[in-house]
Parts: sequence; C-alpha cells; structure tokens
Amino acid sequence: MGMAQAMASSMGGIRTAGDLVARMQLKKMRLTEAKRYVADKLGVSTLDLCDSTLMRTLREELDIGVVTGTPGIAKGLAAKARIEALLDVTVNSVEGLRRKTETTGLSRP
Amino acid sequence: MTTIITRMGDGSTVELTRDQLKEDILDGSEAAAKKGKIPALSESDRDYLLEMFCCPSRIWGVERGHEAIMSKDGGTNTLISSRLSCGVAAPIGREAAVRLFESAFAFDTMEVGHIDYSVKPSKFIVSVEQEHMELLQQTTILPLFYGFMPNLGLYYKPDGPFENPSDLLPKGQIAEARATQEEALEACYEDVVWQAKQMEETGADGINLDTVASTGDAEFLATLRACETISSETEMAVEVSMAAEMVLGFHGEVEYKGTRLAGLWPHQQMKLAQEAGAAVFGPVINNNTRKSCAWNVARAVTFVKACTAEAEIPIHVNVGGGVGGVPMVEVSPLDIVSRAGAAMIEVGKADGL
Repeated sequence: MGMAQAMASSMGGIRTAGDLVARMQLKKMRLTEAKRYVADKLGVSTLDLCDSTLMRTLREELDIGVVTGTPGIAKGLAAKARIEALLDVTVNSVEGLRRKTETTGLSRP
Repeated sequence: MTTIITRMGDGSTVELTRDQLKEDILDGSEAAAKKGKIPALSESDRDYLLEMFCCPSRIWGVERGHEAIMSKDGGTNTLISSRLSCGVAAPIGREAAVRLFESAFAFDTMEVGHIDYSVKPSKFIVSVEQEHMELLQQTTILPLFYGFMPNLGLYYKPDGPFENPSDLLPKGQIAEARATQEEALEACYEDVVWQAKQMEETGADGINLDTVASTGDAEFLATLRACETISSETEMAVEVSMAAEMVLGFHGEVEYKGTRLAGLWPHQQMKLAQEAGAAVFGPVINNNTRKSCAWNVARAVTFVKACTAEAEIPIHVNVGGGVGGVPMVEVSPLDIVSRAGAAMIEVGKADGL
C-alpha cells in the first residue's frame, strides 16, 4: 500500500529531493514553504526538486548521497553532514558524530 | 448506460454510473460537513474527484510538481511482519528493510519500530531499539524516526497493573473508571517520554507517536503532554498520528489547556497537537465499508481540507487500511490507494501522507 502512495504521490526521497524537503517539514515548514526553502538552497525551481533526472546529477555534484549504489559518493553520516551545511540545519546524528570524534588534545604527526 | 468499475469501502468491486459517483461524492462531503461542522467541498473539488473516479486508469497520481512527503508508521512491519501488519514476512532484518525503503522504494522518511509496536513492550528491549537506530543513522540519509503507539489499553488489567475501565463502566462505576484512566495515563506519559529520550542519543531525527487516542481521550491527553515534553526538552521532531476521526470520550472530562478532548474532530485535534509542539500531525478519517470509495474519499478529503486550512504545521494524512478513503482489506487495492492519496494532496492540500 505504501508503495502505491510512494509511486503516485510522493517526492521520492533520495531519488530526488524528498529527504531534503522532509527535513524542513521536521522544522515545521508546510510543504510549499519547505519546497521553496530547499529549491533556493539548491539553486533550482520547485518543479526541479521532484525531477529524478535532474536531481540524480545535482545530488552527485553536491555530494549529498544518491539513490543508486555509486562508489565514491557520500553516504550515511557523510552525506548528512553535507546536507546540514547545505540546508543550514542541525542533524541529530551528525551532532552525535561530532561529540564522538571531538579530540582531547591528542597530537597528530 | 455506461458504468464505471470502482470499489466499495470493503474493497469489493462495483459498477456505478457517472451520476451515481457524482451523487456519492456530494453525499460523502456533506456527511463530513454535517458531522464536523466544516465547509463541504466546492464544485471544482468535487469535479476533480469525479474525474479521478471515472478515469479507467489503474493508477492515479498527483500532477507533476505537486508531490508531497511520505512518513511511515509501523516501522518495517510491511516487510518483516505478518498479516497483522499487512506484512509479507520477508526474511530480512530491520536494518536491511529500512535501507530498502530508502533506496528501492524511495520513501522520503522512514522509521525504526518494534515489531510489537507499542511503548510498553518496546521499553523492555530499548537497548536493541537504540542499537538498530544508531547503526541505521550511520548508513542512511533520509530522516529516520523512532515510532511506537502509546496504546494506553496495555496499561489496564489483564495486560497492565491498572483496573480496566471497560470492566468498571458496565457496573456503573463511572468515578472509578475515570480514576483508573487518570492513573494509567500518568504511567503512559512517563513511558512515552522515557522511550523517546532514549532515542535522542542514538541520533533519531524524530519520534512518531502513532494511533494516538486509540483508547480515547485519556490516551490523547497522555500523548499531548508527552509531545510537549519531548519537543521542549529534546531536538527531535514529534509526529502525532491519530487512531480515529473522533476522540472517544472514554473518560469524558479530561482537558488539555482548557479544551475538553472527548468528541474532537481532526481539525480540532490538529490545533492541540500544534499547541503541544508537534512538528507533523496525522489526521485519520474512518471508512464506511457499506459506502463506495468515492463517498469515503470525498468525506475524508472534506475533513482533511478543514484541517489543512488552519494548520501551521505539516499535515500527513493517514491513508492506510480502513482510513483516509482506503478500503478496509488486508491487501489494499492500488486503484483506490493511489486515488485516495492523490486526492488528499490535490484537493485536501495535505503536506504529505
């Protein structure tokens, strides 16, 4: 059932910019405002946000993760760290990574 | 006379004329308007629904550019659970399942949830839940919630420690029935907040409180208070998704910030969820299996439109088995599922499903 809705009505997650718009909805933005915000950050139109052809290339250029298994492109936390910077938001898991990787004065060669 | 192949609310196939569909759409919308004291759908809205239901295409979708956001309840139960969750019992773990939802099914958001999807059973294995959330936060990109049902019913005997109001009410022990609900909701509130806070350290992007008010107004109060606490004391977004279109007054007198909870309709529930700090609200509109899907979708969309008209937060309509215009059947028919979802967005102005 969810698959039918996903195909018929949803933005398509990391195939397009669905995950990015979703992140702005979690900041309480309604759909139109969230799309406008993300489109402005990406430098595209709101129509482009749902265009999987355009977004596949753009996501690779921005290195924020893509839907196909492509070596070398940011995944997981790395992608989310880049999304944080792109959208000017805080992502909880990236905050957690920062806490875990804070150095305590260890010297480096 | 030409007929259109469509369905009833129980999923069975029926042939209706265009005029019958038109009448059902009007009837369904007016039924919602009367119940909820909200505006009925306009003629142009009804025309859209009629065109949609008359179209012979198996799948109907939103217009390009109008796509919305999907959030999920039930975690990965669609894949890994049994028929009780309309699941297909796929032989994979939750981690693989979430990754499939992200990449193969292209969901916008996803969630981790216990297969026994209530807060009371999932509390005991919270460390397993935390581990899976942490591991998935390393590898996924989409926003990932932790989801569960407050499910106040599990706090009553025989499943829980509190006296069961369902046993007390038939004996006329109304004061006692109310008292036990007031005690149980405190325990439920504590558990919901505790479970949610366990997830913050794991990197969860949000908490999905699902089928809220399944046992009525006391559960709704516990959830609203928990939402207020979680949203003010953590950085996680809270999605509040309802169980039914009207809050059942099992207690009858509990209030949240001066508003009595019993008898509230979706557009009224939304306002309280919003006030409690929810980031997303998920209204539910129940199906009538004796009416056509066109009737049910028209009725549901009327309620949704009243909700979205006044919302300041995103509205993700529940379009699942028996709600939101989707027939009450184990295997949902794609022709109606796709239509119900599109109608919620195009006519209802929902921000998601």
